[in-house]
Amino acid sequence: MCGICGVVRNDGVAQDPKLIRRMTTALRHRGPDETGFYEDSHISLGHARLSIIDLAGGHQPMQSASGSLWITFNGEIFNYIELRDELTRKGHRFLTRSDTEVILALYKQEGEACVQHLNGQWAFAIWDIANRKLFASRDRVGVRPFFYTKIDNRFLFASEIKALLECDEVKRELDLTALDQIFTLWVTLPPRTAFRNIWQLPAGHCLRVENGELRIWQYWSHQYDPNPATAANEDRTAEELLSLLTDATRLRLRSDVPVGTYLSGGLDSTLTTSLTRQVAGDRLRSFGVSFEDAEFDERPYQSEAASFLNVEHTDICCSYANIAEAFPEVIRHTEQPLLRTAPAPLYLLSNRVRQDGFKVVLTGEGADEIFGGYDIFKEAKIRRFWSDSPNSLRRPMLLKRLYPYMENVQRQPAAYLQHFFRVEATDLSNPFFSHLPRWELTSKLKMFFTDEVRTELRDKNVYAELERALPTEFWGWDKFCQAQYLEVHYLLPGYILSSQGDRMAMAHSVEARYPFLDHRVIEFAARLHASLKMKVLNEKYLLKRIAKNRLPDSIVRRPKQPYRAPDARSFVNHKPSYVDELMSADTIKSYGIFRPEAVNALISKCESGRAIGVKDNMAYVGILSTQLLVREFMHHRAKESTCQTCKTSYAATL
Amino acid sequence: MPNLQDELRSYIVENYLFGQDDGFRNGDSFWELGLMDSTGVLELISYVEEKYAISLESSEIIPANLDSIEKLARFVSRKIEDSSAGPEIAPAMDTPGASQ
Repeated sequence: MCGICGVVRNDGVAQDPKLIRRMTTALRHRGPDETGFYEDSHISLGHARLSIIDLAGGHQPMQSASGSLWITFNGEIFNYIELRDELTRKGHRFLTRSDTEVILALYKQEGEACVQHLNGQWAFAIWDIANRKLFASRDRVGVRPFFYTKIDNRFLFASEIKALLECDEVKRELDLTALDQIFTLWVTLPPRTAFRNIWQLPAGHCLRVENGELRIWQYWSHQYDPNPATAANEDRTAEELLSLLTDATRLRLRSDVPVGTYLSGGLDSTLTTSLTRQVAGDRLRSFGVSFEDAEFDERPYQSEAASFLNVEHTDICCSYANIAEAFPEVIRHTEQPLLRTAPAPLYLLSNRVRQDGFKVVLTGEGADEIFGGYDIFKEAKIRRFWSDSPNSLRRPMLLKRLYPYMENVQRQPAAYLQHFFRVEATDLSNPFFSHLPRWELTSKLKMFFTDEVRTELRDKNVYAELERALPTEFWGWDKFCQAQYLEVHYLLPGYILSSQGDRMAMAHSVEARYPFLDHRVIEFAARLHASLKMKVLNEKYLLKRIAKNRLPDSIVRRPKQPYRAPDARSFVNHKPSYVDELMSADTIKSYGIFRPEAVNALISKCESGRAIGVKDNMAYVGILSTQLLVREFMHHRAKESTCQTCKTSYAATL
Repeated sequence: MPNLQDELRSYIVENYLFGQDDGFRNGDSFWELGLMDSTGVLELISYVEEKYAISLESSEIIPANLDSIEKLARFVSRKIEDSSAGPEIAPAMDTPGASQ
């Protein structure tokens, strides 16, 4: 696991040798073990290495055995041993034991189709010296990041945006369309990022830069083809899944350094830890987050799981103050606004993991998306069921089964709960039926935008843009699969695997690996009949079935509780000085994105303890994180803008 | 009543519109205006209970009583009168939510 970067130029002008070094230095937290460079008159490649496989031989950038190719690679190819054997049989020779060299040989053998053979999590770029061609790829589901931008005759790429900003010509501008999308969908629509003119290579995509031309294409996508036969023979389907998950775990334990797990006490992480324990055999370490605030704490479940599985468990206890103090660093790493503080405890956790000498952890991410675990799937099912018989008094009562972990939702009067989740006739044919209550609620946060920002966004339509991006196949899938696609294709790479995943772990040089996101497991899950994902209202039915004989009953049966952390409360009870500074009327006004008087009213509401709703909490965190992003990455630009125009605010100059 | 409506309006504007009174009418539905999230009604209940020293039964927590400034003012003033008079008032029964 590492940080990668590069600059391609096609005008024959000599590269600035300092730029690639500055870019690589900006990524040192991703790879503190060593740095390496390759430079010729057309390209500079940089690499910050976190040594995990072939500690002695895996230096990067790496040249192919034939000398014609260079690669800079971030990630892991878990099936590299099998691929290496096949390639050796075909006559390839290897100088190292690394997975990096396997990618080079496979590219030599298969060309750009090489990615189809990889089982792993990657972002890499290969430079073909003779053809002056750059080929880059990102893994199927977007575990590893890849950002790029074009400036004049240069193409720049990097694992994180901050490395691109080392180039003085790259402008530091907030993309208001991205903000509009985040304040609706919680994520940007790829390839958009929070920075104007800086893009991300979407998950499952490759790109090529040749003769100054950039071409991007998709090599893999989520496809759903539920097969009734999987439900007809449940025993066999469960056996197949267990065998596949065991193999996915086995491959992910390939490492020349110790591997631990993240254990939250939920079904997915406990099953991951159980499989890891089974495959690894040796004494295993697990790590988890606990909270002083009992509403979010899962410590009893963690202790029970650790004791049952006989693993040595370490938890870090997060207070409100811990979250508030870490938050600026969290935003420096996420490089996008957040509506939740949940990444912050994971930032603190990876620090502890690294201090304890671990570079690699296996985690349970992805199971909720591919096996149907989230309450949003259940919610859509209930709403659809209710809409079949709108006058039923009993059907809407099922709504009370939703979000059992959210005290305020449980306290809601039935009439109001029904009103919130009500189904209009036109909603049923809406492709976003499952997600509309969440997105419509989130969109309310835009009331905090200034008139200038709202004017700038008046012709934007987030839903229309999202609808245009949907694959043709989407319209033929059943509603459950459609809802899954929206989660797995957008929220998973755009938030779970990035802001809450790669960026928080790599901030402290820790690599997370995800057995549930092995593409064979994803493709297997996509063929499952809907009843194996959610049987009536029992979520992750098949996964629970294989967990039943392996995990404590209390963990298999406990209601789904997604990982969450205290939001606005974190900044009210203990307020570091940056909060007052960034949320002050002066700073809010100076950045020009939000209305100072509205922010002030929100702060009063939060401080008086009246902000108990999801919307207010998201608003507070969304505004504070946007302010932090602007201060961290764009503030000097804001000052320039303000100076130039005297009265014009920052956002208005965008 | 006008004073009560003004008082409630200023709470709604401060608490749900964060100070920006966009000129909605006192008869407009909070839900249709998109003023409250799913837990917003809990905030409203806490506020009126505390501010006017009244206590709401769960059967009274229905849109017919709470969904506009006018309805809210009418309901609160009935509750105030009722609490000084003694017995509980009957909940409104003319909405779908009332029967649940």
